Amino acid sequence: MLTEDKLKELEIKANDIRQSIIEMLVEAKSGHTGGPLGMADIFTLFYFYVLKHDPKNPEWADRDRVILSNGHICPVLYATMAHAGYFGVEELKTLRKFGTRLQGHPHREYLPFVETSSGPLGSGISQAAGMALADKLDSGANTHRFIYCFISDGELNEGNSWEGIMLAGKYRLRNLIAIVDRNNIQIEGDTENIMPLEPLADKWRAFNWHVIEVGGHDFRALYEAIEEAQAIDEKPTVIIAHTIPGKGVSFMERDYKWHGKAPKKEEAEKALAELRTNRPK
Amino acid sequence: MLNPKLKLNPKMFDEDVEQTPTRKGFGAGLLKAGELDKNVVGLCADLTESTAMNLFADKFPERFVQVGVAEQNLVTIASGMAAMGKIPFCSSYAMFSPGRNWEQIRTTIAYNDRKVVIAGSHAGISVGPDGGTHQALEDIALMRVLPNMDVIIPCDAIEAKKAAIALAKTSRPAYLRVERSATPIITTEETPFEIGKAEIYWLPDVGLAQVGIIVTGGLMHRALLAAKELESEGIKTKVMDLCSIKPIDKNAIIELAKETRKIVTVEEHQVAGGMGSAVAEVLAENCPVFIEFVGVKDLFGQSGTPEELIEHYGLGKDAIKEAVKKVLSRK
Repeated sequence: MLTEDKLKELEIKANDIRQSIIEMLVEAKSGHTGGPLGMADIFTLFYFYVLKHDPKNPEWADRDRVILSNGHICPVLYATMAHAGYFGVEELKTLRKFGTRLQGHPHREYLPFVETSSGPLGSGISQAAGMALADKLDSGANTHRFIYCFISDGELNEGNSWEGIMLAGKYRLRNLIAIVDRNNIQIEGDTENIMPLEPLADKWRAFNWHVIEVGGHDFRALYEAIEEAQAIDEKPTVIIAHTIPGKGVSFMERDYKWHGKAPKKEEAEKALAELRTNRPK
Repeated sequence: MLNPKLKLNPKMFDEDVEQTPTRKGFGAGLLKAGELDKNVVGLCADLTESTAMNLFADKFPERFVQVGVAEQNLVTIASGMAAMGKIPFCSSYAMFSPGRNWEQIRTTIAYNDRKVVIAGSHAGISVGPDGGTHQALEDIALMRVLPNMDVIIPCDAIEAKKAAIALAKTSRPAYLRVERSATPIITTEETPFEIGKAEIYWLPDVGLAQVGIIVTGGLMHRALLAAKELESEGIKTKVMDLCSIKPIDKNAIIELAKETRKIVTVEEHQVAGGMGSAVAEVLAENCPVFIEFVGVKDLFGQSGTPEELIEHYGLGKDAIKEAVKKVLSRK
């Protein structure tokens, strides 16, 4: 149960992370904006409340695993990890620059704190399922860590996604929890125009997953969904999180054109001003 | 003569020489690797028996993952298991893995530097009656171009077994290419095997060789028969087993080229991008010499017996002899 104090702390943290996302993208002059802003609340909740991890000891064997399948939203991953203490916040401004550890899409050899390299879509679920399978092989029913896989709705166009979803259902991987960023946009427009996904929850259910739908900016509801997912014993769980792309910056919200571009200087200033104004006191 | 130091099969040239497909050697090697290390796991895309993974799957059912007909899933599941300390071997036909799932192999295994062994069975033209859709003639090119990836192609079932056991102990991802059809046993358990090392299987009784024949895979027996006949015709050759395309034994290749100044490469693969290309890259930079390439020349395969296809596409003993004579005539 989230206390009032904790809730406020998370809201402040998410606001700071959104500011970092804007700052790093304007400096990089390219990259994706809509997805990272939309997922800032969920990443904040995970890295500051849910995950069993130790930023000072990232190799800790018993840590939960986080697989980011849609690597293009890595600004939110990098910003959240920096704020959580994996590395300094000042390093965020090296995003996408020559020599950086913060590659345009995550590369685990450059930044060993990330569990996998990603960018090409549709392969995260399978890797997470492979990890869950290996964990189950070693720990049996007593497994005490979770493999969390963040995926986008657009990448559910990829056949590889459904191959992984099918296998996780077959092996009843209760230690695997997927979180779908259901923001209804992809690079060229609305998901339902480009390649309809609905009825999305029914699709996952048909593949033998437990399905929870939740608002992606409601910390309490999200936390309850995660607790429910952890308690489900006989199958993997997907949390379909309904998010608003560009969340927190009014002129970016729900506009698919912000999926794949970075703000220019004036746009960034406007976005940062709005975020600072709305930062909880 | 056969290189006496390597303890090769003395019955190699007999009519009734033992014949086994290299895929069976892979299966036996994987079983052994599984006995040696409990972290070895096997994954297969609905071809367990024909890729010879059934030996492992029967002995270690709890360490075997059946992913169904889904080769992209095959390698990405394997990558995830490797991330948790497992040593995954995944098998399918080479045409589908790495033929269909190349990007997943590139990103989640090679780029990620995850230790996964991809066993591509039924490679080459000698797949036979299944026809061109099932004859992988491009897979060496696909895999040797990937950074971090080792590429190993055994010449017989015994070498395939040793390769599978050795690959379970390295830290690098690897592609192991094996074949469907039975081919003669060339090596013995005593023959040395080391990843990255090429060996000379045939050499002149006395004096220097005039042509170096570099071979990978199951065509080795035909190359050795060619060398034997050429010797009786007065042409001295050395035959090299280039089992390890990557890492490649540059020194051994350069040494052979310096001795002969004439090279023939032999493989069941497109000439473009295959083992011959890898040899040419080494020699163009270090010791430019004449090269003839025995391989498939920008064509797809078709149905037929392995023998018919090997002859039709110019990969047999006579084609190898012809290539040797051609390279010898070049000045």
